Amino acid sequence: MKQNTPAERLYNGIIRENPTFVLMLGMCPTLAVTTSAINGVGMGLSTCAVLMMSNLIISLLRKFIPDRVRMPAYIVVVASFVTVVELLMQAYVRSVYTALGLYIPLIVVNCIILGRAESYAGKNPPIASFFDGLGMGLGFTLALTVIGAVRELLGSGEIFGIHVMPEGFEPVSIMVMAPGAFFVLSVLTALQNKFKAPSATNKGDKFCSGACAGCMQKDCGLRERSDEE
Amino acid sequence: MSFLTTLFLGIISAALVNNVVLSRFLGLCPFLGVSKKTSTALGMGAAVIAVITLSSAITYLIDHFILRDKLVYLRTIVFILIIAALVQSVEIILKKKIPSLYKALGVYLPLITTNCAVLGVAIDSAQKNYTFAETMIYSVGTAVGFLIAIVLMAGIRERIEHNDIPESFKGMPIVLVTAGLMAIAFFGFKGTIG
Repeated sequence: MKQNTPAERLYNGIIRENPTFVLMLGMCPTLAVTTSAINGVGMGLSTCAVLMMSNLIISLLRKFIPDRVRMPAYIVVVASFVTVVELLMQAYVRSVYTALGLYIPLIVVNCIILGRAESYAGKNPPIASFFDGLGMGLGFTLALTVIGAVRELLGSGEIFGIHVMPEGFEPVSIMVMAPGAFFVLSVLTALQNKFKAPSATNKGDKFCSGACAGCMQKDCGLRERSDEE
Repeated sequence: MSFLTTLFLGIISAALVNNVVLSRFLGLCPFLGVSKKTSTALGMGAAVIAVITLSSAITYLIDHFILRDKLVYLRTIVFILIIAALVQSVEIILKKKIPSLYKALGVYLPLITTNCAVLGVAIDSAQKNYTFAETMIYSVGTAVGFLIAIVLMAGIRERIEHNDIPESFKGMPIVLVTAGLMAIAFFGFKGTIG
């Protein structure tokens, strides 16, 4: 597929470099809000909106932002869009807003967003960057929805609040509580190891280490950048 | 309740009952990434305690005197900038004034700029309208909870290293299973404080 076309960017974000399944970024929201499928969708879509807009703006500003202060500049752009999304959610989707709570302002420090700004939007034209953000955001939404659906199904026998399990099913309520998040993710990464699926967890020491800033310096496709410097 | 009881209960509740990593999933990246050795885990934990305590004090003051009345919507932007600037300046000051401490903590400082626990604690205590004392108790408790979790994790990982683990579970999966079991253990603290 041709590089940097909208379709290629979407495919890249959703499948080839899926932020959750392949790059293993943004683990905090992934584990914290996936107690149900609907929360996963809410978190995914709000992150997607921020990602699209921040990628677009950062790409438009890429010639004006001096290289040395690019991090603070990116953070301000991202934080502004997070505030916009937060206010919109507070006004129009109150229930999702209360369910996600603290994790909405924390989208600012989600390393997917700063990672894409640094590795893609900072050096590519606006249209491609916008679709890169859309693709990554949809990939993130998909991953959160799937993880949320699995946890909701096992933990309460429902998907999107609709009862699907047979009568005799005893809900494993630990799955919707904190420990369940770790177990689901560990089974997921173990399966990836088993089938040698491409993932940050089985390519040596690539797992985002230190913190979001740490993973930005180390990985997230940033090697190209450090090579340049 | 006397002041000491409040202090004690507050710290226990923030550190153990609502452990920042294991029940609220904040600061997960360093928890999984820097927990290979107990010594580095200790360093990371200490750096997090220092940064969280300092940043909550400063963000509280700014929130209380400038933002609280009319500029609440600027919280996210202002807080993240304060934290980033604070971490940078702490790093510079330490490098110049106390090089020995810088050697011990310096490498971890840039990594915690975007540790979500730091921003999370600041925003959470602002949203809950905590007083200054409450904010400090809450943030110190949370940071101590992070230290406990990451040091325990590092201790367990050092032992796991030499065990016979199924092939597919080597690396990250077994660490996540361990974290899950630790989360169950910390679940036991629920209900200790009414």
